[in-house]
Amino acid sequence: MLRYLVPVAVFAVLVGFFFRGLYLKPSEIPSPFVGKAAPSFELPRLHDPEQRLSNADMQGSVSLLNVWATWCFACRQEHPVLNEIAESGVVPIFGLNLKDQRPLALRWLEQLGDPYAATGFDGDGKVALDWGVYGAPETFLVDADGTVLYKHIAPITQDVWQQELLPRIQAAQSRQ
Amino acid sequence: MIPELGHFALILALCLSLALAVFPLVGAHQGRSSWMLVARTAAAGQFVFVAFAFGCLVWAFLHNDFSVLYVATNSNSALPIPYRVAAVWGAHEGSLLLWVLILAGWTLAVATFSKNLPERMGSRVLGVLGLIMVGFLLFVLMTSNPFDRLIPAALDGNDLNPLLQDPALVIHPPILYMGYVGLSVAFAFAVAAMLEGKLDSEWARWTRPWTIVSWMFLTLGIALGSWWAYYELGWGGWWFWDPVENASFMPWLMATALIHSLAVTETRGLFKSWTLLLAIFGFSLSLLGTFLVRSGVLISVHAFASDPSRGLFILIYLAVVIGAALALFAFRAPKVTTKQGFRLLSRETFLLSNNILLVAATALILQGTLYPLFMDALALGKVSVGPPYFNSAFLAPVLPLLLLLGFGMHAAWIRQDQQSLLKRLRGVAIVALAAGVVLPWAVFDSTKLLTVIGCVLGLWVLLSSLIEPLARLRDGKRLTRGLVGMSVAHIGVAVCVLGVTITSAYNIETDLGVEPGETVTVGGYDFTFQGIRRVEGPNYSADEADVRITRDGEFVAELKPQKRVYRVQKSPMTEAGIDGRMGRDLFVALGDPLGGGAWSMRIQYKPLVRFIWIGAILMTLGGGLAASDRRYRVAVRHREREKEPVGVPAGEPA
Repeated sequence: MLRYLVPVAVFAVLVGFFFRGLYLKPSEIPSPFVGKAAPSFELPRLHDPEQRLSNADMQGSVSLLNVWATWCFACRQEHPVLNEIAESGVVPIFGLNLKDQRPLALRWLEQLGDPYAATGFDGDGKVALDWGVYGAPETFLVDADGTVLYKHIAPITQDVWQQELLPRIQAAQSRQ
Repeated sequence: MIPELGHFALILALCLSLALAVFPLVGAHQGRSSWMLVARTAAAGQFVFVAFAFGCLVWAFLHNDFSVLYVATNSNSALPIPYRVAAVWGAHEGSLLLWVLILAGWTLAVATFSKNLPERMGSRVLGVLGLIMVGFLLFVLMTSNPFDRLIPAALDGNDLNPLLQDPALVIHPPILYMGYVGLSVAFAFAVAAMLEGKLDSEWARWTRPWTIVSWMFLTLGIALGSWWAYYELGWGGWWFWDPVENASFMPWLMATALIHSLAVTETRGLFKSWTLLLAIFGFSLSLLGTFLVRSGVLISVHAFASDPSRGLFILIYLAVVIGAALALFAFRAPKVTTKQGFRLLSRETFLLSNNILLVAATALILQGTLYPLFMDALALGKVSVGPPYFNSAFLAPVLPLLLLLGFGMHAAWIRQDQQSLLKRLRGVAIVALAAGVVLPWAVFDSTKLLTVIGCVLGLWVLLSSLIEPLARLRDGKRLTRGLVGMSVAHIGVAVCVLGVTITSAYNIETDLGVEPGETVTVGGYDFTFQGIRRVEGPNYSADEADVRITRDGEFVAELKPQKRVYRVQKSPMTEAGIDGRMGRDLFVALGDPLGGGAWSMRIQYKPLVRFIWIGAILMTLGGGLAASDRRYRVAVRHREREKEPVGVPAGEPA
């Protein structure tokens, strides 16, 4: 008799989770680093492995760190928006090329345009792990002193840029 | 005026569904014939009013009535007529109305074709379907009324989501919903049997064709969805393990298990609690799919705009319907089970392993699908589960399933002699093994372990499915549709397995920038980019590339992949150019302009990819043959067993 109660018991637990799930927002992923200093990193640059990209390069002005990869389909959609941001000169964008192959990534930038002030090549994804990167594309807004101000997951669209990123960037820049 | 009539018709349909839920169930419980008689009339009336309401919504779309909010958000005056009809189910409210229409249709079909069911059984089945309907109509009327007005009316509509403007997507939702909702019939039969306290071979014989038909629709619907993703999403993948895909795949796995479990219940009167449980699981998972897609609990590319009040409604509904059915199962299943022996080597064992493996596969997929939710709910962090998990979690139970499938078809009921089974299959096993190892290597010059396993198992199932029909043909024996259907469906499985194996192993995929006049070689084919031109569609503008494909200088095909921008929603869409042959697909998707006339393109060579969908079509065909077998068509003798005690005595004849 007891074993026939198993399905209904399992189901009750599931319903509990679903109820909880209704009030969660799966697409809002808080970063534990928001409001804290960005994790320190040092990576070879994509264009020239001899050169390094580290926190020091990002100090001094508000900047974006954009995690991208050629295997990431949504990054392709995001790319024109990044190009526009770079052209506008509002904020420098640093790239974090995640678990990619160098020739593919270089060709991607050659073909689609290179919006990045500099790109770090994170072949094994270790830096991304330190930064708590969940997937690509992800974009961190980092203050001039190296504090992570905001994290956006999913492609940056014009709407995201206008409503989420630009106001925060301007606020941060005016504080300087 | 017409939208209001539609709204009113829905309210009337709700009244009739209440009557359908209450009178037959109470009547069956108290043995009141006159109450039970309400069932068929109410089922017919309910269908008429739901169909009328649906017709009103179609009318509003065809006449561009942008004073209806749902029409204004999902249609546009420039939208071609067929897509205006498809736009009816292009978003949450209308697709729910389609769901309701299909449920009313299945209920009517049961009312029409189940006249030879015992009165009480028939009433209970229809009553349960009525109960399900009450919930859905309340859901529509309380949270998702498609007839809500927009005052003042919009000048023009917001257009249908461009992703959905595609012929395959016009028929994909109705077919998939036919499958989802069809599982409610098996569910209703199971609940009725538990209420009745009686589950026998005859019951299985009534339930089985309904299950097979809804399984056919599910198969076809899933295949269509995969085909659509293949050529419309622009990157040539055919399965993504997206939560919504999983939501359609899990009921399919359950329905597959149920069909096999019903075979045992029908022939041998065994596996009754399995059968009941699978019937409940099948429909529960299709309800769960509805919940996941429409509540915003999970992230998915297919998800409808989410709304917590809707989510809460479905969750309560889910809890009531599934919870009640499972509670009923806990109390009644022990009474209907039969203990009867069968040897370890017998068809029963093989079918039991089929059930266990399919349930395991479903459980693993469910776990992967819900894992992000579990972690999030327990505040353990946000995670996503990707294709690598699903691929291995799915292969683990499915590989042994395929192996056993080849044996199971030839095993006898109760006991099978080991020697004769081995003797019968030895030849096929050797051929499958040899061909599976040699063929991929000979054709493609390389091979991997998983490819060999896939090919061997695919060929093993394929050849082993052919043995019995061929032997019967040779001996001049009769071929029943049941047998041919089973063989064809299993051949479909084999064809699908071969397609998946070969295309995963030998697919060649390149992203590159090409200039006009440039030729690139992929998979032995030369692709020449001849140029690009502007094309104007009814509600979009497109850049169309002209790609000429040759092989060793000989013309193969000319493809015209497009990159469309839909005028209202401004979203870019790719229309891939595909040259499909039985043996391989050549796939060209247009990327973005790179300046100087050059464009980025994704060119793919996909061997045997078509086998995946051909396999699904064969499965559907096999299902159709099996469901139309003679034993389901001859009228089941009308028997009333009012006085029979609850429960089935052991040793009941099959």
